[in-house]
Amino acid sequence: MTHSPSTSDSPDEERRGLLQWSAIVLGALATAAAGVPIVGFLLGPLRKREDQWTSAGKVEQFPIGQTRLIDLENPLHSLGDGDAGKIAVYVRRADEEKFQIFAINCTHLGCPVNWLADAGLFMCPCHGGVYYEDGSHASGPPPRGLFQYEHRLEKGALLVKLGHLPTLQQPG
Amino acid sequence: MKTIKQVWDWLEHRLELRDSIWPVMRHPVPAALAKPIGWMYVFGSMTLTLLMLQIVTGVCLAMIYQPTAADAYASLEYLNYEAPFGWLLRAIHYWSATGMVVMLMVHMTQVFLMGAFKYPRELTWLVGVGLLTTTLVLAFTGQVLRYDGDSYWGVSVAVSAAGRVPLAGPSIVHLILGGEYIGSETLSRFFTLHVFILPGLLIGLLVVHLYLVVKRGISEPPTPGEPVDKATYDEEYEKLLEKGIPFFPHALYRDGVACAMAVLIVVGLAVIFGPKGPGEIPDPTLIHAEPRPDWYFLPVFAMAALSPPSMETFLMLGLPVIGILALAAVPFVAGSGERSARRRPVAVLVVLVTFVTLMVLGWYGATSPWSPDMEAWSSTPVPDGIVEKLTPLELQGAVVFQNKCCRNCHALEGAGGKRGPDLTEVGIRMNPEAMVRQVVQGGGNMPAYAQQMNSAEVTALVAFLVKLRPAGIPPAAVPSAAAESLVAAPTDAP
Repeated sequence: MTHSPSTSDSPDEERRGLLQWSAIVLGALATAAAGVPIVGFLLGPLRKREDQWTSAGKVEQFPIGQTRLIDLENPLHSLGDGDAGKIAVYVRRADEEKFQIFAINCTHLGCPVNWLADAGLFMCPCHGGVYYEDGSHASGPPPRGLFQYEHRLEKGALLVKLGHLPTLQQPG
Repeated sequence: MKTIKQVWDWLEHRLELRDSIWPVMRHPVPAALAKPIGWMYVFGSMTLTLLMLQIVTGVCLAMIYQPTAADAYASLEYLNYEAPFGWLLRAIHYWSATGMVVMLMVHMTQVFLMGAFKYPRELTWLVGVGLLTTTLVLAFTGQVLRYDGDSYWGVSVAVSAAGRVPLAGPSIVHLILGGEYIGSETLSRFFTLHVFILPGLLIGLLVVHLYLVVKRGISEPPTPGEPVDKATYDEEYEKLLEKGIPFFPHALYRDGVACAMAVLIVVGLAVIFGPKGPGEIPDPTLIHAEPRPDWYFLPVFAMAALSPPSMETFLMLGLPVIGILALAAVPFVAGSGERSARRRPVAVLVVLVTFVTLMVLGWYGATSPWSPDMEAWSSTPVPDGIVEKLTPLELQGAVVFQNKCCRNCHALEGAGGKRGPDLTEVGIRMNPEAMVRQVVQGGGNMPAYAQQMNSAEVTALVAFLVKLRPAGIPPAAVPSAAAESLVAAPTDAP
């Protein structure tokens, strides 16, 4: 430990200087020792977990040309989530091979959009955002089309990659 | 008697209340407060009283409430139906929160109009702005703890807005949610904010606020033509206090009456109207929710719908910050000079414009004419009076009108969605060509129906719409829009 040389010869003053520095250095150490785990804990959610592939059902469950709302379990869900651990997605089967998986969250402010099959439109009950059946923006305040999840077909099953709540900077 | 005196003396020797609390209770306040104008000085105390009611009822509620996504809803129902007086405590907590926000607004408006924020009380105002902000955040977190459909989607809306913050958006979303999605961690975080962090912050700020109220004194009722001059104000105030009255008991009686009324009104409202919610189950797969925030956030809800898309992100994220900064700047911009509202027309105008804006936005938020009525297409039939006069083709058009969910946005005879114009008399406004163009191409915030309808359906629909006009009035003959856009209309139109 270094401290500025005392200008006084008095051992009392020298001891006080040493104490002062000890208090500062030890105080800083103590603050860091307690603070690092606290801040680390609070910032814990910044460590992001990847979305996971989850099965949305058999391919033949989805009639061609139709859009269906299906309820799934959020693959990231954990103990104590209750119903919040569920997740709903819209599955649209355009033709034999082509699927589109839409998030239910409006791209404007996240409200749950409703599929109106007869009109062929998705409508949001909050601020009146409307989307066409292919998810593109039709009218109202949303800044883009519906969020879409990554998906693939495997052994007759439709797999969807989901988990996180989609927002503008982190779409599906 | 002697024993009581002995105990009192023993305590006094150790607490020294005669030296500390008593002078605070007896601190002089301007003599004018003994007059009826003294009633203008009770609003802060009323807010404080409702806060204390919030703390006591909140502590009680926390004994039952389960802050986990799995159990919160059930614990709210347990409070409503099982726990003795649980429903009443929930109701008082809700109505007292409402009262607190109202009294805070009244208190701030009064302080603003009477120029009480001016020298030397700038800091009192500044801390007050902090108290307002904290209270509003408490109100929002409290709304989330009422864990139902509105609460679930309320969080969703809040993080969708926060997710728009440039660069930091995704991180902010994760920090608020405590993870990737709205789940148990999210509710725990809001619970911790609502019961530990924010009340701690609020009480801290409140201590400073009250300290300043006692130390800097409360301002005397303003007199027009007697401006605050930083050079002389302190001296004059000193002199004023020499003839002042002690806070206890004189001023405190008015506070006592007003605060008792506030509590009685809050408990009365709670008994009459009961607790708010919980509403629908907070299940993300129940997508027929139509979330709406508590009344104090309705203006914000409305603004999100009405702002033009290009400015939307700025208005959502920037305006609240600008609002708070503007409030904080008030005593530094107008820290001296006239205090009476009669000599401050700009201040009065600002108050009027603010309240009118908030009320108009709040009214829009409560009635939300921009939201489609999601059930109207199946629940709101074409009125009998219209149907009975229709030809088969027009009748077919009326069916198309229902099936294509036009009713969700368009009302007939006032029933149905209010997002688009009421179409009861559209036949006198638009001619068939304009109608076809509007239906097929959309525009003016209406989706284009080109892909959703075949030409037969369009023909029938337009035949129906043309019919919609009062008896005896001929249909519109001239197109209601510029002719060149007609060229763009698809050729399969009739």
